[in-house]
Amino acid sequence: MAEQLKDFSLLHSDEMILNMGPQHPSTHGVLRLKIHTDGEIVSRIEPIIGYLHRCFEKHCEFLTYEQIVPFTDRTDYLAAMNMNDAYALAVEKLLEIEIPERVQYIRVIMAELQRIASHLVAVGTFGLDVGGITPFTWTIRDRERILDLFEYVCGARLLYNYIWVGGVSHDLPEKFIRRTLEFLDYFEPQIEEYNQILTYNKIFIERTADVGTLTPEVAINYGCTGPVLRGSGVKWDLRKTEPYAVYDKFDFDIAVGDGRMGTVGDTWDRYFVRIIEMKESVKILRQALAQIPDGDVHAAVPKKVRIKEGSVYSRYESARGEVGFYIIAGGKDKPMRVKMRSPAFCNLSVLSEIAEGWMISDVIAILGSLDIVLGEIDR
Amino acid sequence: MEFNQIIELFEIRCPGCVTVVEGQQALTVQAEKWPEVAKILSEDPDLTFDSLMCLTGYDKGTGDALGVAYNFHSMSKLHKLEIRIEVPRESAEIPSVANIWRAADWHEREVYDLFGITFTGHPDLKRILLPDDWEGYPLRKDYETPDYYHGMPIPKDKTGWE
Amino acid sequence: MNSVIDSMMKIFGSLGTGNSALGLVLAVVIAGLVVFTIMAVMAIVAVYFERKVSAFMQDRIGPMEVGIFGFKGGKQFWGGIGQTLADTVKLLVKEDILPKEADKKLMIMAPFIIFIASFLTFIGVPLSDGLVVSDFNIGVFYIMAAGSIGVIGIILAGWSSNNKWSLYGALRSAAQIISYEIPIGLSLMLVVIVVGSLNFGDIVAWQADHRWFFIHSPFAFIAFIIYVIAGVAETNRTPFDIPEAESELVAGWMTEYSGFRWSIFFMSEYANVLIISIIASIIFLGGWLSPLAIFGVHVSWLEGPLWGLFWIFSKAVFFVFVMMWFRWTFPRLRVDQLMYFCWKVLIPFALANLIFISVWELIF
Repeated sequence: MAEQLKDFSLLHSDEMILNMGPQHPSTHGVLRLKIHTDGEIVSRIEPIIGYLHRCFEKHCEFLTYEQIVPFTDRTDYLAAMNMNDAYALAVEKLLEIEIPERVQYIRVIMAELQRIASHLVAVGTFGLDVGGITPFTWTIRDRERILDLFEYVCGARLLYNYIWVGGVSHDLPEKFIRRTLEFLDYFEPQIEEYNQILTYNKIFIERTADVGTLTPEVAINYGCTGPVLRGSGVKWDLRKTEPYAVYDKFDFDIAVGDGRMGTVGDTWDRYFVRIIEMKESVKILRQALAQIPDGDVHAAVPKKVRIKEGSVYSRYESARGEVGFYIIAGGKDKPMRVKMRSPAFCNLSVLSEIAEGWMISDVIAILGSLDIVLGEIDR
Repeated sequence: MEFNQIIELFEIRCPGCVTVVEGQQALTVQAEKWPEVAKILSEDPDLTFDSLMCLTGYDKGTGDALGVAYNFHSMSKLHKLEIRIEVPRESAEIPSVANIWRAADWHEREVYDLFGITFTGHPDLKRILLPDDWEGYPLRKDYETPDYYHGMPIPKDKTGWE
Repeated sequence: MNSVIDSMMKIFGSLGTGNSALGLVLAVVIAGLVVFTIMAVMAIVAVYFERKVSAFMQDRIGPMEVGIFGFKGGKQFWGGIGQTLADTVKLLVKEDILPKEADKKLMIMAPFIIFIASFLTFIGVPLSDGLVVSDFNIGVFYIMAAGSIGVIGIILAGWSSNNKWSLYGALRSAAQIISYEIPIGLSLMLVVIVVGSLNFGDIVAWQADHRWFFIHSPFAFIAFIIYVIAGVAETNRTPFDIPEAESELVAGWMTEYSGFRWSIFFMSEYANVLIISIIASIIFLGGWLSPLAIFGVHVSWLEGPLWGLFWIFSKAVFFVFVMMWFRWTFPRLRVDQLMYFCWKVLIPFALANLIFISVWELIF
């Protein structure tokens, strides 16, 4: 033993490989991060995904276009309405049908409510990631109210199957608009409360400002979209730059990170963009609820979707970023290929670029600010 | 920049590199010409396709070609382009563009994983969604589900969802 | 001063056993059992208290509604009491898991070392005038010394679990506890300099004669603040719960523990919280003196051992509440920020404090 100790290579400090996940409180699902650490410092991160792969794209090839809608729910389960909407939009582009205006408004209302709900989870779990528990319970409490609204509309609380190709499954219930307005009146002051307990907390700023800075060039190169890209100061929002549905009729701003607490594109910016976006969504909702016209929501729903050969790539701004559906139609009632370009997939791929060199705690914070949903990454 | 102008630009910069897909706003590129075209796409000041929105592998099931569709977008010029590359099923090799658009890194791995198209020059080409030791490429139309995976029977009862 | 052990010895002596060794053993065993019971009960009460505080702050439903025998309670005091009972039963009957690759001897030993540390500390802490198991003339010093044994148990727990998260948690914890003992010690030194005694009874007696220590001088007030902050860090609670950091390290050094062993950790954590709070109230807030003493008013029927117990616990519970308030409000610091805060903020301030209070004592 004494002989061995003379050999100093035994005292050589080595990198330790940590397997964070697939079961870990802060990987937001079943993500596995293979982290090479030198003490607390992280020198290399290798995200390993696929633990939640459910063959969405393979299933799509065996399902008719209408049957795929409930499957899109299960991809991004925190923003299922957005996914329904994105898929319906892509198929409608292939079908080249006109959608009644009331349906468009309903979809906008649902998408924005869903965006708020999704951002509430993002903000709350980000609070958890940096150690604050109260923001999480508060945001979840308010999200419940949105889920109540969804339940009132379509009976489901998480996976809705509400937005169909060519329309929506049910018209809005009678008191929906009043109840939504009540919710908005309740919700707007709550955002200030989140700001007080989390956003402007000194410790929170210390933890997130200047940490994990993502420059715009890198963000674009990696295909980051949504709040992650906007947090880097890029004014890019498909609702504004390539308006679909009736988004061109509303007055709202694109939330961008401005480096208020540190550098542009740091973790705090990515977080704060979501807070501003919730306010903007409230703005859109108020306008949409005031303007919504009457009409039949089933007018354009096709009896049977059968699409002639062709392909389309359609983009949609979900809560997490750009959802793309690349659909190749083979002339049958089933698609030949459905590819879902998932925003969190690209957003996660940038993690190793921005989180290497920071500490383990920072990796958690940076991962939280990317707001990933594994169901959507693994599909 | 309009689609027609992009074609004209390619006729000047790289004659014969691209052909137009009939009836669609997409270009077909030969796999061997792809690095050259990719360079033009990313570096030409009139094109500056800085964002690779989507990378889709596909198998039309007819003939023996596998294909990859690249959807590009320019954040500064605000124009879009779709590039398609088709390669034979037996020797499916396409040069990687992961060093130009980092977004292609994981997307190429995904296409390799599900279609078995090899991207030459990719920094770390391995399976991404499926387990590393999975056999076959599930999204190919001629894929047949294996009976066992590590001794576990794979259920083939399709009545539940088909 | 007289301690519980001394009084018991006297009683046994008067009973005429005549055997002082037997009397001593009996007295020690009885006192030990009483302290153990107090710790266990305090842990349960503290968990209940923590649940209620968190429920009020976070709009939690469970701690408000889970009743027992039909009592629901809602926002009333007994609302959610069933959850505490269920939790206790769950912890006691839960499967106790020892990982295959763990160092089993050390892993079994570790919780007891931690528990012994807080147990030993409790022995020196007076709960009222004369109500102390053993009245050391070096009380402050003894508590500092006994309290720091716990870190050995933490390191053992982290190492023996053979889990990387546990190891991280243990290392962080060791660094943190050892670092934050310095500002605690330095801020307690102030009162020692002023009073000239390490005995808790003398310290409180001095405060009865003069004034409560936290308003003794500006430096004493700063020391009080430093003590509270460092005390929160010493007990590994938010915003300094870096060793446990459930979002980073799963559960830190407790990752591999379950069931009863884990509940021992839990018990000693709450015991430590209580000890830190009681010491804060003794040293800085006049211990068992009634709050009227702060105005120089002495009401005789508000004093005495039982009232002293009430006052000291009121003050301590206030501190416990403040700690819980911190926990449900703040996010967590990063490990380097924690160290920075200790070594570059708290310790320099505490050292300067020590010099200034000496000068202050010379002048006044």
